[in-house]
Amino acid sequence: MNYRTPLARARGLGSAGEGAHHWRIQRISAIALLPLSLWFALSLGSLDSLDFDVVTAWLSKPWVPALLSLFFATAYYHAMLGLQVVIEDYVHGELVRNTLLIGVKLLAALMAVSTIISILRVAL
Amino acid sequence: MAEFRLPENSRITAGKTFRAEKRDGNLKEFHVYRFDPDDGKNPRIDIYEIDLNDCGPMVLDALLKIKNEIDSTVTLRRSCREGICGSCSMNIDGTNTLACIKAIDEINGPVKVYPLPHMPVIKDLIPDLTHFYAQYTSVEPWMKTDSAPPDRERLQSIEDREELDGLYECILCACCSTSCPSYWWNSDRYLGPAVLLQAYRWIADSRDEATGERLDALEDPFKLYRCHTIMNCTNTCPKGLNPAKAITEIKKLLYTRGQ
Repeated sequence: MNYRTPLARARGLGSAGEGAHHWRIQRISAIALLPLSLWFALSLGSLDSLDFDVVTAWLSKPWVPALLSLFFATAYYHAMLGLQVVIEDYVHGELVRNTLLIGVKLLAALMAVSTIISILRVAL
Repeated sequence: MAEFRLPENSRITAGKTFRAEKRDGNLKEFHVYRFDPDDGKNPRIDIYEIDLNDCGPMVLDALLKIKNEIDSTVTLRRSCREGICGSCSMNIDGTNTLACIKAIDEINGPVKVYPLPHMPVIKDLIPDLTHFYAQYTSVEPWMKTDSAPPDRERLQSIEDREELDGLYECILCACCSTSCPSYWWNSDRYLGPAVLLQAYRWIADSRDEATGERLDALEDPFKLYRCHTIMNCTNTCPKGLNPAKAITEIKKLLYTRGQ
C-alpha cells in the first residue's frame, strides 16, 4: 500500500530548477542551423563535382572548414538535445533511461570531435 | 517504456444493445463505454437507440434519458448542464468535450461516448481525477502577497485585469490535460495544460507578489517542459481557451528571466 497523499505524489521531488536552458539552447541551435545547413547544401550543390580534388580545393579555403565544423558541431548538439527529450518522454525505466541519456551525450561528443578532426585533416 | 496498447484488463469488449421499441422515430445510436469495478469483467460498449424527437438537443440530454428511461446503471458526473461546472467532461465522437454543450446533431453516425482518455476509470464515464486535482493544489492557486493588506480591495487597472481574460474562464474540466499525449505518458510528473494555464493565471495576476517563486516551482524538465506544443489542448478546450499559449507565456517569462 502507498499511503502518500495525492498532494505529496503531485509535488514529487519538487522542481529541478532547470529546463529553461535546454529550451533556450534548443531554439538557438535550431536558428543557427537554418543558415548553416542552407550554406552547406548550396556549397555542395555549387561544386563542379564531388571528386577528391574538387572537394579538397573547396576545403582549403579558410572559412569553409570553419563553417563546416560549426555546422556539424551545432547539428550534433541539436540532435543530442532532441534525442534527450524523446528519451525522457518515452523511456520510463530509470536505469535504461539514465544509460541512454548519458550514451546519447557521449555519442554526440564523439561524433562531433571525430567529424571536426576529419575536416581539419583534409583542410590543413 | 510508454505503453502503446491498453493493459489486458482495459481492452474493450462488445456489450448489450438496447433497441428502441417504436421504430418510426428519429433514431440515433449511442455507443457508451461501460465499466463496472465490481463484476471483474473488461469494459464493454453498450448500444442504446434513442428517438431524437423525444430528447433534448445535447449529448448530456441523451445520456440522462438513457439513465432515466432505459438503463439506470449508466454512471456519469453532471451538474450545471450549461458548460460552467466542468463535471460532464468526457470523450464524445473522438474529442474531449462537455456533454452538456455538445449538440447531438453535430455528430454523424453513432454517437460514441467514452470517459476522458488515459485516466483510471472508477465506473463507466467517471475517471479518477484525484491526481489532477492534487496537481492543481500543488501550484498553489491563490493570491500570495507579502505587502501589508490594503484597507480596501486590491486595486487592478482595467488593462491588468484584461491579462486574465482567456485564463479565468477555465473550469478545470480536464478535457485539455487528458487530450495531451505528453500528459498521457508522463502525468506522474508533467503538470499538464489545465494546471499550467491555472498556474499562469496567478503569474499573470498583477496583484500577486509571488511571480518569481511560482516560476521557480515550474522550472523543471517534467513539470513544465514536457509541453511540446502539440496543441491538442487548444483544439479540444470546450470553453475555447488556449492553454498552449499560456504555457508558452510561462516559457517566455523563464527565457526572459535567464537573459
